[in-house]
Amino acid sequence: MAQLVADQVPPHEPSGGHAHAQDAEHAANPFLAHHFDTPKDQFEAGKLGIWIFLITEILFFGGLFCAYAIYRSLHPEVFVYAHYYLDTFWGAANTGVLILSSLTAAWAVRNAQLGERKKLIFNIIATICLACCFLGVKYVEYAHKFHEQTLPGKYFNPKHEVWELESYQKAHGQHVSGHAAAEHEAAEPPAASGEAPGEAKTPPPGAPVRPRNVGVFFSIYFCMTGLHGIHVVAGIITWLWILRRAVRGEFGPGHFGAVDYAALYWHLVDLIWIYLFPLLYLIH
Amino acid sequence: MTSPSATADVLTAPAESDSDSYLTHDKGILSWLLTLDHKRIGVMYLGCVLTAFLLGGVFALLLRTELLTPGRTIVDHDTYNQLFTLHGAVMVFLVIIPGIPAALGNFILPLQLGAKDVAFPRLNLASWYLWVIGATFLLVSLVTNAADTGWTFYTPYSTTTTTSVIPALFGAFILGFSSIFTGLNFITTMHKLRPPGMTWFRMPLFLWALYSTAVIQVLATPVLAITLLMLIVERFVGIGIFDPALGGDPVLFQHFFWFYSHPAVYIMIVPAFGVVSEIFPTFSRKRIFGYKFIALSSVAIAILGFLVWGHHMFVSGQSVVAATIFSGITFLIAIPTAIKVFNWITTMYKGGLHLDTPMLYALFFLWVFSIGGLTGIFLGVMSLDVHLHDTYFVVAHFHYVMMGGSITAFLAGTHYWWPKMFGRTYNEKWGRISCGLLFVGLNLTFFPQFILGTRGMPRRYYNYLEEFQGLHQLSTIGAYLMGVAFVITAVYLLASLRKPADAPANPWGANTLEWRAASPPPYYNFHNPPEVVEGPYEYADWVYDKRTRGYQRKASHGS
Repeated sequence: MAQLVADQVPPHEPSGGHAHAQDAEHAANPFLAHHFDTPKDQFEAGKLGIWIFLITEILFFGGLFCAYAIYRSLHPEVFVYAHYYLDTFWGAANTGVLILSSLTAAWAVRNAQLGERKKLIFNIIATICLACCFLGVKYVEYAHKFHEQTLPGKYFNPKHEVWELESYQKAHGQHVSGHAAAEHEAAEPPAASGEAPGEAKTPPPGAPVRPRNVGVFFSIYFCMTGLHGIHVVAGIITWLWILRRAVRGEFGPGHFGAVDYAALYWHLVDLIWIYLFPLLYLIH
Repeated sequence: MTSPSATADVLTAPAESDSDSYLTHDKGILSWLLTLDHKRIGVMYLGCVLTAFLLGGVFALLLRTELLTPGRTIVDHDTYNQLFTLHGAVMVFLVIIPGIPAALGNFILPLQLGAKDVAFPRLNLASWYLWVIGATFLLVSLVTNAADTGWTFYTPYSTTTTTSVIPALFGAFILGFSSIFTGLNFITTMHKLRPPGMTWFRMPLFLWALYSTAVIQVLATPVLAITLLMLIVERFVGIGIFDPALGGDPVLFQHFFWFYSHPAVYIMIVPAFGVVSEIFPTFSRKRIFGYKFIALSSVAIAILGFLVWGHHMFVSGQSVVAATIFSGITFLIAIPTAIKVFNWITTMYKGGLHLDTPMLYALFFLWVFSIGGLTGIFLGVMSLDVHLHDTYFVVAHFHYVMMGGSITAFLAGTHYWWPKMFGRTYNEKWGRISCGLLFVGLNLTFFPQFILGTRGMPRRYYNYLEEFQGLHQLSTIGAYLMGVAFVITAVYLLASLRKPADAPANPWGANTLEWRAASPPPYYNFHNPPEVVEGPYEYADWVYDKRTRGYQRKASHGS
């Protein structure tokens, strides 16, 4: 919503010629909307507006976090079991990517405040690239899940049991079936043994029994990361719009509101991921 | 602009010709659809809300007609389920929630504050478009295969019924964002656009009420949004969060739903408190009694309203401890509410009452809302609620509050500000007649429902026992009476628009700032920003002027 804040059109020319107390101020600054007296008022209103918007975003995600908390407390075994299907490496990489993008976003605000147009454009482009990188990684992860059929709710029908997964074996130091599973993945061994889902596989001794309703974990996973992903897409669109304005040279020491608001929004998107990563990937 | 007599400018603004009112500033349909003017957006909301009210009202009359006899009267039982669902959804999401804040609030808030517009005019227009899109989705549900879940969309029925629940859910989701952005806009406006001298405790109580409402809208609605989104996903792909067969919990849906929908009850009623807080002092010609108490009790209701949602779930299997706490906090809400009621009554005490139509509606509100509020306390008692839960007693209770409280105050406000909004006065005699008719109709409709409920008539039932028929028929007759009253109201209000502008700037002698602008107000509201030097309820300086049929400020008043 930040866009809507700072970009008010200049007032219509009143037909009757209204007297305005701050006429001179308005004439000097084309970005000052007619109903604000000073640019400072306008900036502060925008700032308050974006903070309120961020509060609503936190509550919006709060519903999902609440659902997470309730299901984790009701069915902790589901979460422990299911998290092996997530790849911590990609999650951690994405966390790094987003934190870096928050840095470039914050830097862009500084550039706008100082009127450094070229650096501003560079930092906005960097932010957009990092955001796209995040979505790329997310695509890889989602594609893998569709392939493995680790899908939400009633569609959860994994091709591999948890003890076949590398992440599980690493955590538990089981080498029993480790090689078998890895080879099996890589080289399509002569006898097509365990590929068809549903075919009974013999678990190694001590392997965990799959709890009921593991699919709910993936429901929550897809809802939370999906909604977050939509916010990343919205962020990219916002940054593209900011980029267009930056190229036109619309930002400077007196009027950098939109960059500031977009960066605040972006930090929140980043922050939500920083909570999502440990909650979904780092379960013990 | 040359203004040699600038000292008296805002006080005698009506001298300004209304050739430049916001209504005539631009012409053409696009000048309305693309307007950023809060007044026009308010008027567009008003038109839409009233249209939706007509639709919801027709559903209500069909429902009541069906209930004239046990068994089938005019529609079958499936259609009946769809009708009460749509009646509820339309009235709640399209009429009562946006009614006072979005329609009247949009128009009045900047004027009363002394501002030129709301903080984010584009966002304001976007909210209106979101309302229209959301309403369209609800109507899509209506014309395809209308949802039959009740407006509460309880799982697991809402995830298994074959009716088109998804469009209805998506409509409510979008309407939620309309409400959020309106709230955001109002909060920012009241923080950042107050002119010099307009301190927090000089703000009219309507603004305090809108502020409290906006806080609820901003904090509660996102939770509804995510809940409805989860329900949509649940229906699409069966994720199981609310589905017990997949390990989910349907009661969690009820918690989420009421976490929004109980505060939403205060989104509906707190602005109503604000409207009557303006009307009582104005028509009593007396300063409001207990200004700070009324102002802060709105805030108290907004805060407490977040902590009582469990009282909808006394029989849903929540723990007794939780239910006891929810019950206790529910009782607490009666305190700020009663503070308001007693302050309004004390305001009228020894005042010079003027029983014009807005005041009649406000008195009407006081009576029926008090009944609705008190029966709410009955329902907050756990032992009693177990018996009354899901009976007509509940139906009567919330109709006394929603219809008798919110809609009545909406009508009070519409009559109060109508001359300001359109510059035209309506037929006072017919206004009083239809107000009286509505009072009789409303009590005739809903009082028998209290009795039905205590005798065990369950809500949402298509069929009923013979012994309930008499009371059901009384209720239906009352509904028809209300229908007649609303037709009369619509006729005289619309008729007033056909005549030339005749309303004075200040027909009621109120001292809030909107009455210092011309009727209808000019495009920029105030030619000069008004300077506020006193509270909003000081009437000593306003005297009636027969020539203009309005109140004029005494010239001696030096500011």
